[in-house]
Amino acid sequence: MIEALQFDFMQHALLAGILVSFAAGIIGSLIVVNRMVFLAGGIAHTSYGGIGLAVYFGLPIFLGASLFAVGAALLIATLTLKKRHRIDTFIGLIWAVGMAIGVIFVDLTPGYNVDLMSYLFGSILAVSTQDLYFMGALLAMILLIVTLRYRDILAVSYDSEYAGLRGVNVRFFYTLTLVLSALTVVIAIKVVGLILVIAMLTIPVYIAEKLSSSLFSMMFISGTIATLFTLAGLWLSYSYDLTSGASIIMVSALSLGVFLLVSKKS
Amino acid sequence: MNVIEITNLSFAYEKEPVLEQINLTVKKRDFLAIIGPNGGGKSTLLKLILGINPIQSGSIKVLGRRPKESLRNIGYVPQNTNVNTDFPIKVIEVAMMGHVEGKRPLFGYGKDEVLCAMGALEQVGMADFAQTKIGSLSGGQRQRVMIARALCAHPKILILDEPTSSIDITGQRDIYELLKELNKYITVIVVSHDISVILEYANKAAHVNKTLSYHDISDKHSTFHTHGNNEHFCEIELLQMLGSEQCNTCKEDPSPWRIKP
Repeated sequence: MIEALQFDFMQHALLAGILVSFAAGIIGSLIVVNRMVFLAGGIAHTSYGGIGLAVYFGLPIFLGASLFAVGAALLIATLTLKKRHRIDTFIGLIWAVGMAIGVIFVDLTPGYNVDLMSYLFGSILAVSTQDLYFMGALLAMILLIVTLRYRDILAVSYDSEYAGLRGVNVRFFYTLTLVLSALTVVIAIKVVGLILVIAMLTIPVYIAEKLSSSLFSMMFISGTIATLFTLAGLWLSYSYDLTSGASIIMVSALSLGVFLLVSKKS
Repeated sequence: MNVIEITNLSFAYEKEPVLEQINLTVKKRDFLAIIGPNGGGKSTLLKLILGINPIQSGSIKVLGRRPKESLRNIGYVPQNTNVNTDFPIKVIEVAMMGHVEGKRPLFGYGKDEVLCAMGALEQVGMADFAQTKIGSLSGGQRQRVMIARALCAHPKILILDEPTSSIDITGQRDIYELLKELNKYITVIVVSHDISVILEYANKAAHVNKTLSYHDISDKHSTFHTHGNNEHFCEIELLQMLGSEQCNTCKEDPSPWRIKP
C-alpha cells in the first residue's frame, strides 16, 4: 500500500476520498435528521441524466451532472414544500426519468462508448486535479455555510414549524439542504458512484447519531467515520483488486453490523 | 386590557366550514382553556391566532396588531413534542431556539442568550438537565423544556396546544401548577380536549365546536352546582354546561370529577 502512494492517481484517490467523505458526513447528517434519504436517493439517480447530457453536448461531466442534480433538487424542494398528494410517486418518477434521459443521450452520442459502470459504481482511481479542486471548493462551501448558519439549520431541522414562527426562512434552508445534497452526490459519484452514494450518506451518520449529543458533533463524527471507511475500502480494493466503490460500501455495512451487535450487548 | 380580540371570525378548508362567526376576547393575565371535541376547530383557531393560517373573514387582533406582527410576543408550545426524539440535540440548544431573531454573533450563541435560556430552564425546573440529550428525557420533562423554549422570547402570551396529551396524571398536574405560576405575569391559553384537569386551573373557558361558547369560570362554586357535600360532578354534566351536545369519552362510565379541594 505504501509504495502505491508514489503514484499520482493513488494520491488523488486518497485526497478525493477524504474530501468527499467529510462532505458526505456533514450533508448526510442533514439528510438523515431531516428525513430526506429518499429525496437524496432520487437526486443521486436522476443526476445520471446530467451525465448523459454532458456527454452528448461535449460539456465537462461535473458541470452537466451538477446542473442537472441542482435542477432536480429545486424541483423536489418545490414539490415537497407544497406537500403535494403522492409526493413519493413524483420522487420515484424523477428518480427513473433522469436515468432514462442519461441512457438515451449516451445512446445518441455518435462514436462514444461511455463507461456506464464507472458512473454507477465510481472510479476513484481516475480522479483528475480539476476534480480535486471541485471537491475541495464544495467542501469549503459546505463548511462555511454550516458554521455561519448553524443555528438556522439546526432550528429548521429540529422543528421547522417552530423555526418558521420565530422568523427563520424555512423554505430557503430546506431548499439549501437539498441543493447541497445534490452537489455532494455529484462529487461522490467519482468515489462510490451514484447507486452506492446513498449508503455513504447514511451508514456513517447512523453510527454517529448514537455517539453524539449535538448536530455539530454528529456531522464531525460521521465525517471522520466516513473517511475511515473510505480509506479502509480503498486499501481493500487495492490489495485484492476489487471495485473501490463497492469495497467502501461493504466496509461501511460490515462495520455497521459490528457496531449494532456491540451496542446491543452493552 | 385585551390581549386578543377576535371578531366575527369564520374559516373553511375547501368550502368545508370549520369555524363560524367566532367572537372571543382574552384579557391580560387570563388563563383560558380552549376545549371541545377533536375536529371541532380548536387547532384551526390556534393556527389563525399564530398567523399560520390566513384569515378569510372577520378579524384577529393580537396585542392590537395583526397576528403575524405580534409573533415575537407569543410563546408557543406545539402539540407533538414526542416526534424527532432521536435528534442529537441538547436541552439548552432546544431552549435557545426560542430566541427571536436579532443581533447575534457570527457563529455559536451569545453569552446573554445562554444566560437567558438557563434562566428559562431554571423557571421550569429543568436547569440541571441543560446538557442532557433531549431524547433521554421523559414526556413531562420534554414538555417543560418546550415551555422554557417559549419563555425564552419573553412572551406576553403563552399558547400551549394539548400540553399534557402524552403525560401521566401526576406529570399533568405538575405542568398545570407550573402554568399557574407563570400565569401570575403572563396570559396563558391552553388548548385541550381533556377537560378533567384543566378546568381546575383555568379562569375562562371557550368551548369550540364550529361555533364558540364562552364561560367565565373564575368562581367555580357559583358557576357549577355540585353534588351534595362531595363537591364533584361528572364530565358529561360539565360538557353540557359548556355547550357540548355529547361527550364521547364518558358516555358509559361517567367518571367523577373533583373540584380543587
